Amino acid sequence: MNAAEILRVTGEHVVIVLISVVAAIVIGIPLGIWCTRNGAASHVVLRAVDVVQTVPSLALFGLLIPIPLIGGIGARTAIVALVLYSLLPIVRNTFTGIRGVDPAVREAGVALGLTPRQLLFDVELPLAMPTIMSGVRIAVVAGIGIATIAAAIGGGGLGTFIFRGVAMVDTNLILAGAIPAALLAFFADLVLTYVERRLIR
Amino acid sequence: MELRDVGVGGILRNVSLRIAAGESVALIGRSGAGKTTMLRLMNGIVAATSGSVLIDDVPLAKSDLIALRRRIGMIIQGSGLFPHRTVYENIATVPRLLGWDDAKTRDAARALLSKMALPFDEFKDRRPRSLSGGEQQRVGIARAMIANPPLMLCDEPFGALDPIVRRELQDTFIALRSDATIVFVTHDLAEALRVAERIVLVDRGAIAVDCAARDFVASTHPIARQFVESATLAA
Repeated sequence: MNAAEILRVTGEHVVIVLISVVAAIVIGIPLGIWCTRNGAASHVVLRAVDVVQTVPSLALFGLLIPIPLIGGIGARTAIVALVLYSLLPIVRNTFTGIRGVDPAVREAGVALGLTPRQLLFDVELPLAMPTIMSGVRIAVVAGIGIATIAAAIGGGGLGTFIFRGVAMVDTNLILAGAIPAALLAFFADLVLTYVERRLIR
Repeated sequence: MELRDVGVGGILRNVSLRIAAGESVALIGRSGAGKTTMLRLMNGIVAATSGSVLIDDVPLAKSDLIALRRRIGMIIQGSGLFPHRTVYENIATVPRLLGWDDAKTRDAARALLSKMALPFDEFKDRRPRSLSGGEQQRVGIARAMIANPPLMLCDEPFGALDPIVRRELQDTFIALRSDATIVFVTHDLAEALRVAERIVLVDRGAIAVDCAARDFVASTHPIARQFVESATLAA
């Protein structure tokens, strides 16, 4: 283990988390919007993303392995699990953010003759954006932590060091995985909190 | 504009009201009487559960509501300004939807705001949250009026204004929109008498009195009497 190797594995870690959160944004925001438009859907979807969150992460990684196409050993399975975890804060915050738009503001938009699409993109989403960003931040920070477990199923990333360190009772190796992961989470939180504040203005 | 035997859930029942083009009508009544619901029926924000709403003799159910609403100015209680948009962007909403060019929109906004005692250059880039309640309300009025809609629906438009500005704006409003059809919700009889030619008293979801403004003070309906008496006391 040397600095170059730590850097490479940290890069791997960042890539896994980035792909997962981007996928969760692409899936989660439309799901959250759909929930605000359809009461029945909101019950099912919000409950489902809640339930996923209650599955212990190591178990979720393990449960995905035997599933064809998305399962197996490696980074792909890890990404699928991380996407599932990241959905909850993103779907829920999209839902809450849009629901939180002042009814008088929404009514004004309708009364002025905005189409449903214009109302969504020009009024509801911009006003919900700080809340949605906050969900993304939670997904990223939690994802950085959970992704260390991905190494258990051969997903790569900083967990590789941690698992190897635990097996070999090598504290230095554990720290080589844990410290970069903690730093990543810390700085991601800092940067995304800043973005969130800027959105609130 | 016509409401033909309209009911809305438990809020309104058997409401029939015909408003001629160019007429100005005040809907008055106590809180919760159904005035605002009646107003929202007229641009389809609330749907009738029975009866029908017609504008220019076309039922709302058969019209293009989006296009129709761009020709109806609605002033919402508490302004409903877009908090993420500047004063100018708020006012430019309908002109942009209608495809006006920037110069025309800007000139109209400038003229309208100055009539509302809000200097354009001082206010155009400000956001609603930095305005007082009365200023927000005036921007809301300007946003509803800028495209000269032939029908104006107003829900307590002057509620947050101090009495002096309120009176000035009532006069400005009447002068600006003398040609439009105006439906005006208020619980202030003095305001109703000032703005409207005709007064409709709404009570518990039905029309209790419908008469020319000048005849209202002589109405014998008990709630009409209450309005007249409390207005006399306040004067």
